[in-house]
Formats: sequence, C-alpha cells, structure tokens
Amino acid sequence: MAAAIGTSSAAPKAVPMARKLAYRNLFHDQLSLFVTLVGIVFSVVLVAVQCSIYLGSEFRIVAVMDHIKADLWVLPGGTKSFDLPVLLPGRERHAVLSTPGVKSAEDLVVSFINWRRLGQSSGSDKTGCSSETGTCGTASALLIGFDIATNKTLPWDIVQGSLADLATPNAVAVDSSYFKELAVERIGDRAEINEMQVTVRVVTQGIRSFTTLPFIFANLPLARTLVDASVGQATYTLVQVAPGADVEQVRKSLQARLPDTEVLTHGEFRQRSLDYWLFETGAGSGLIAGAVLAIVVGIVVVAQTLYASTKEHINEFATLRALGASSGFIRKVILWQAVLSAIMGYCLGMVLAQVVIYFLRDILPIVMTFNLVWGLLVLTIAMCVLAAVSAIFKVIRIDPAVVFSR
Amino acid sequence: MEPILEASNIVKVLGSGAAEVRALKGVSLELMPGELTLLMGPSGSGKTTLLSILGCILTPSEGTLRIGKNMATGLTSEGMADLRRRHVGFVFQSYNLVPTLTAAENVMLALELRGTPLSEAPGIAENALKQVKLAHRAHAYPSKLSGGEKQRVAIARSLAGSPSVILADEPTAALDSENGKAVMALLSEVAKDKGRGILVVTHDHRTLSYADRLVRIEDGKIVGRARRRARPGDGAAAAADH
Repeated sequence: MAAAIGTSSAAPKAVPMARKLAYRNLFHDQLSLFVTLVGIVFSVVLVAVQCSIYLGSEFRIVAVMDHIKADLWVLPGGTKSFDLPVLLPGRERHAVLSTPGVKSAEDLVVSFINWRRLGQSSGSDKTGCSSETGTCGTASALLIGFDIATNKTLPWDIVQGSLADLATPNAVAVDSSYFKELAVERIGDRAEINEMQVTVRVVTQGIRSFTTLPFIFANLPLARTLVDASVGQATYTLVQVAPGADVEQVRKSLQARLPDTEVLTHGEFRQRSLDYWLFETGAGSGLIAGAVLAIVVGIVVVAQTLYASTKEHINEFATLRALGASSGFIRKVILWQAVLSAIMGYCLGMVLAQVVIYFLRDILPIVMTFNLVWGLLVLTIAMCVLAAVSAIFKVIRIDPAVVFSR
Repeated sequence: MEPILEASNIVKVLGSGAAEVRALKGVSLELMPGELTLLMGPSGSGKTTLLSILGCILTPSEGTLRIGKNMATGLTSEGMADLRRRHVGFVFQSYNLVPTLTAAENVMLALELRGTPLSEAPGIAENALKQVKLAHRAHAYPSKLSGGEKQRVAIARSLAGSPSVILADEPTAALDSENGKAVMALLSEVAKDKGRGILVVTHDHRTLSYADRLVRIEDGKIVGRARRRARPGDGAAAAADH
C-alpha cells in the first residue's frame, strides 16, 4: 500500500532527479545491468591483473638496484640491464676515486654462476637430494658480491642470520623461495660454485628475480674468487658524488677518464634495465597490449548495454525533452548511469582481481599498489563515460514531438 | 485582457518535394488567461502539429508565436526547450509518466527541470498532488496507478512550477467515462487560475461542457470558433465568435 504524504517527513527525499533517474533506470533493467557489470568486471579484472604483473615485473627487475645507493654507475659499454652483467676491465674504482667531485666509490660484482647442488648432512629429503655426499645437478644463479663494510642495504629482508655472517669464510645468502631449486633448506647447508664449496649463512625471504634466476649474495672478495675475477675487477663501480658537486659534471669527468665504459646516473641505468626487459624483449608490451584490449572490450560491452538501455527508455527521454529538459540534464542522467555502473563494476572487479592476484602471487611477479587501485577506478569511470557517448548522441538527437505520436 | 499565448498565421510544411504536406495553412489562435479552450477536429486535421508548435516543440515554417512576453519563433532547440520549461506544461494522451519514479518523484522531476530549489521540491510536489486529490498515492509507481490516477499525476506534473500555458493532448482518450469527466473537471478547475490558459486537443464530445472556448480545425485551417461558457462579466451565456 502506498504511504500517505500528509507530513513533510513522509515526503520524498530531496535527491537530484538526474541521479535518482539514472539509479532507477539502471536497476529497472536488471538483465542489462548484469551484462554491463559482467563487461566492466571482465575489463577491470583483466586490466588489474595485467597492470599488477607489469608493476610486479618492474619491481623485480630493479629490486636489487633500488636497494643500492649510488649517484652514478660505471658499467661496461653496451650493458643492457643490471642482470645481464659483463666484468669491467679492472681498477676503475681507483680512477673514480681520483676524480674531482667524487665522495666515495665501491665495486659490485654481478655474474652468472653455476650452483652445484649437494646432498645435505642433515639427512632431510626435502631438498630432493637423497645422497649425503653426492651431487644433485646444477642450477644457474646470479651472484651479487658487495662490500659488506660499506654497503648495509644488501641483501634485505633477512630472516635467518645477519649481514655480519657474510664475513665468515665462504658464506653466502640465499632466498628461502629458491630453497628447492638450490637444494638447501637452512643455515649451514652447502653447495659448490665453480668447484668451491660455499655455505648458506644468511637466509632472506621474498627476494625474487624477474628472470627467475636465484640471487646469491656474497662478500666482495669471495664473489671475485668465485667468478675468477682479479683483485680490483668488478662488474659495476658505484659512485657517490660529494655534497655540492654537480652530478652531470662528475659524470662527464668520469666518462672522459674511463672511455671504454659507460657512466650513467642511477635513474638512467634503472630505466635502461626496465626498458630492456619490458620493451626490448616484448614482455611489457604484451602486458600493455593485453590491458588496452581489455579496456576496448570493456568500452564496447558497456557502450552496447548503455545504448540498449537508453533505447529502451527513449520515450521517457523524449518526454523529458518535451517537458523542457536541457541537453545537459539528459547528459547528466546517462553519465550518472555510466558512473554508477563503473563504480559497481569496479568494486566487484577489484574483489575478483584481488582473489586472482592472491592465487598468482607465487607464480608470477604481481604487485597491486595503492596508485594502481585509484588509477584503475579513474580508468574504469573514464571507460564507462566514454562508452556513454553513443547513448548520449542517440538521446540528444531525439525529437520531442514523438511524445504526441504514442 | 491580453492573451497568454498568441499564434499568428502559423504555416507548417512537413516533408519536401513530392512528399511535401502543408499541415497548417495560416492558423491564428489565442489562449486567454483563466480559460479552457478545446481544439477539436478530425484525424489528420493538424491538431497535434498545432499543439506541438504552440508547445515550442516544433518550429513553424511561417508565422509567429508569442507566449506571455516571449517570442517563440526563431529560437534554437535549446532556446525552445528553455521556453517550454518556463512557460508550458503538458498533459499527454498516454500520460508519459516516468515508470521508474513514483508519483511524487514525477512531479519533482518537472519541478527540478523548472529550476525549483531541491529543498522546496518535495513540499511543492506534495501540494500539487493534493490539488489533484492524489496525496495518498504519492509514493506509488505509475504501474500501480489506474489510468485516471496516472492522468491526474500528469496534471499535477504539468501544474508543477506554475506554467502559464497548459497543453493537453487527448487527455481523456485512454480513460473511461467517469475518469474522463474527473480529469476534465480538474482541468476546468485549474483553468480558473487567472494566470493560466489551457488548450485541450480532443475528439471527445463529452468534454464540450467543460470548455470556455471551442476552436474547430479542419485540413490545417481554423474553420470555427465559439465561446461556450460565459466568464463573469462577459454577458452572454454562450456566443459564437464566428
């Protein structure tokens, strides 16, 4: 039974009618709303996952670089990425230190290695090596050797042992996520690198590489020994510029002194590494193309359903026009429909995307950031507003005289 | 007394070339305040075309239209929309209520279009529905209203914002005799407002008794005008103008 409106408290709420009409139209066509939401959810999930993988890839590609403090990097000419290393000729650090404007310099050894798995004396079978003394094959890995006296930021997220433990003979740090691949499972487990036995003294958690090669951290002298580099030889020389010195000027001076190398700022080398993996290999382009395709699919689905819904309500829009509704009012109704659809679809899509990301987190580099969450909301609304254009054109061109022919 | 709406020599040509039709052939019409005028004529005589022009929905091919002090010819579509928003209320044959809005919300929609402040709209809508004796159905959706009730809501909507002209297109055509009478009685009552003139397009001869004036149109031309009912001070009870 309809309620009476004898008192003002029973009177309808004063909500702008464009918004109310949009909301009612949307929920009046429930099948149409369902199809619209499916389209938006599909789009949001796909874009969210693709963008999360893209961000996760970025994060992993430069994870080690982002934990290194350096104004300038001296690197072998033509180096494409941090994790595609070649050794420098040697003694660059001395040349760097004697350059005006340089505060400090340290060497960093980065090199591919063969990690020879050994059976562990603990007798545990979890590593896949059943023989206590025999070998269990090899795994490729990326060794990172750094000066533990000066560099306090590598490795990070240590869960067992400490940075000081890397000073002990033949000590290395490995990440627990690579235990199975490296056939180790705790502090004290052993392996061989270039026929030299190393012992796990530090365990980190969550340091994973983009290329899937495990990172092995060691002190600088041990790393040089393991990769057969001479004293003073390194892959990169990290340069800190003195306070007040002009970074660009120092870079030019270093480049002049070391013509066979490249001297890049930290940002430049970081970007070069990202560009190589994301664009030169096509990995990032594929992700971006997938996200763009998802947006296009979303726009098409939402445009079709909004257009169909508008056609279904065309007589009401004609009546509004006959009653004197401006184009702006009509646009507002349709845009509100688009925005409401976008918000509902976004919320559902993001919940689903979080579930997908949760299940993919151990398989793929995948990161959902706060900026991505907000960016996707803006993108979803923009997508739906764009999709509303055809419906708006349909309604704006309607002849209000049709109200008399019904 | 000044007419509230004045149309002079309205010509409307529809289509072009071989398909060209002169729907209106120099029609002149005035709506006086405080009067209900009936526009009658056979199908295809140009009634609806004339109504559309008087309501600033169609533009005339020739002639002039004035509503109050506003010239309605030579305006853009947005200018015409603005004029009908401010001065014209419509009552349609098939009600044309928005099905997703309640009776009160349908009236509030018209109020919002006419620029009534959001906070005042519920109260005005409530009063408009009281005026058509439908306050108790304010929260009912059109699908739950009878034909007569829908038309009364449509009248309440046309009254919202107090337009000076109300144009009704066959308002009783879809109603039974009793509801038809009730709607015409209501329109007649509304017409007593001295600031408002009402034009009702109809085929329904039962509505004749409610008219102050009667205008007959045939083949795009006015063929007869008659004063059906004397207004206070007019003298004669009924007089033919032509």
